[in-house]
Amino acid sequence: MSLLEAQHITKIYDGRTVIEDINIHLEEGELVCLLGVSGAGKTTLFNILSGLTVPEQGQVTLAGKDITGQPGKISYMLQKDLLLPYKKIIDNVSLPLVIRGMSRKEARARALPHFEEFGLTGTEYQYPSQLSGGMRQRAALFRTWLASDGVALLDEPFSALDTITKSAIHKWYLDVMERIHLSTLFITHDIDEAILISDRIYIIGGKPGRITDEVPIPVPKPRPDDFYLTEEFLNYKRNLIGRLGLP
Amino acid sequence: METKHTDTQKKSRESRGRNAIRTGLPALTALALLVLVWFAVTTGGLVPSYMLPSPQSVVQAFINDFGTLMTHAAVTLQEAIYGLFIGIALSFVTATLMDRYPALYRALYPILIITQTIPTIAIAPLLVLWMGFGMAPKITLVVICTFFPITVGLLDGYASADPDALRLLRSMGATRRQIFFHIKLPSSLGYFFAGLRVSVSYAMVGAVISEWLGGFEGLGVYMTRVKKAYSFDKMFAVILLIIIVSLLLMWLVSLLRRLAMPWEQVEKEK
Repeated sequence: MSLLEAQHITKIYDGRTVIEDINIHLEEGELVCLLGVSGAGKTTLFNILSGLTVPEQGQVTLAGKDITGQPGKISYMLQKDLLLPYKKIIDNVSLPLVIRGMSRKEARARALPHFEEFGLTGTEYQYPSQLSGGMRQRAALFRTWLASDGVALLDEPFSALDTITKSAIHKWYLDVMERIHLSTLFITHDIDEAILISDRIYIIGGKPGRITDEVPIPVPKPRPDDFYLTEEFLNYKRNLIGRLGLP
Repeated sequence: METKHTDTQKKSRESRGRNAIRTGLPALTALALLVLVWFAVTTGGLVPSYMLPSPQSVVQAFINDFGTLMTHAAVTLQEAIYGLFIGIALSFVTATLMDRYPALYRALYPILIITQTIPTIAIAPLLVLWMGFGMAPKITLVVICTFFPITVGLLDGYASADPDALRLLRSMGATRRQIFFHIKLPSSLGYFFAGLRVSVSYAMVGAVISEWLGGFEGLGVYMTRVKKAYSFDKMFAVILLIIIVSLLLMWLVSLLRRLAMPWEQVEKEK
């Protein structure tokens, strides 16, 4: 049984089928990318997985339990960090716990020991405006993790960061993911990013959006720093470009 | 944590003080020039004193009448504050309900705009007719004056909440109530205080205007009394007091804003 599974998902908006018969699964500890051009229905699929949208057909299961259309089970994170400017970092990250009914004091106590893991020591009582872009994304991930039962959906979370910050945060993410036992489904349109961090890649495309391909990247982690310069990496890239139908 | 920051805080407060002087300087100069012109035309005999009292005679009247002025000011201030609080409470209820039920929003919004175009001076006598010469018509007028800016401020504030943040909270399984307290209400605070700032001066003016039309005490009542006696220096002293009280109230609002929104200060200091 997979940790997270979506079966035969079809979503229709105003008589137009946006995604059709999507089947994906995520295993414990895996990082799986959903790679596709804009408009392929990636975000629609994420809204269904996070329970914000109910699909016309199909079901979503988390550890075998049906969670179709139930928000609050799987947390997601966007390119926008969505840290609330009027809450201190500690209250921002522990917000999901408060939403679940915990008192603010209790929620703070739960979040406090993990600041070091997320590289945010010293920022506990600062406001989001005092943090750098990379730190804010880490804080957003911290919140996502506190909200999740081990599964995170990330919708192009790092696409607004510059290349250097991005590669540092990739490394950090893989490391932290392993330590906190997080399984991740990751949306991206960046082929390099997908190859660098994924265990498997789903290619989504067409109108309506379907899963057109599934490509495993069986390179052991942690991957070497110069992985993106190797012949192996370029072969994957060539392969993916071909499968995406790009020129 | 706290002690580490006091030094930089002190420094920034000092530089803010210097900045305040630098930005306030042109305004102070203009004000001083205006008073100087006033002084020149009245003392030089260009304008007779029964038409425009000189600044020194206004200050003199202010000092001589201080006791009486304070007694009347206490009444006016009371009306203004009661009206303001009732106005704030009504605004919160109305704006929150309008935000919750879109149909109510569409129904009430035009009426809100219309109430704003009603001239206050025109309805003040009616209020006196309906409610007598006590505090009730004054407080009611203040409520009418202050209700609109705060309600519109709150409505705009609720609407300013980031839809992605609302979606995020919904994905966490938040209830409508939680979304209101964690997103909508804090997002609206800045708008609320902007509305409140306008409303406090409206509240003072509203209270004075309604006192003109009948009553036993209050700055408006005193104003009509000294006007009938042609004591224009005393009348100007009342105006001076109203200006001072309004400015104090506005300052109080910005102080409250700083206390209620500490993150704004942090953002400004960057």
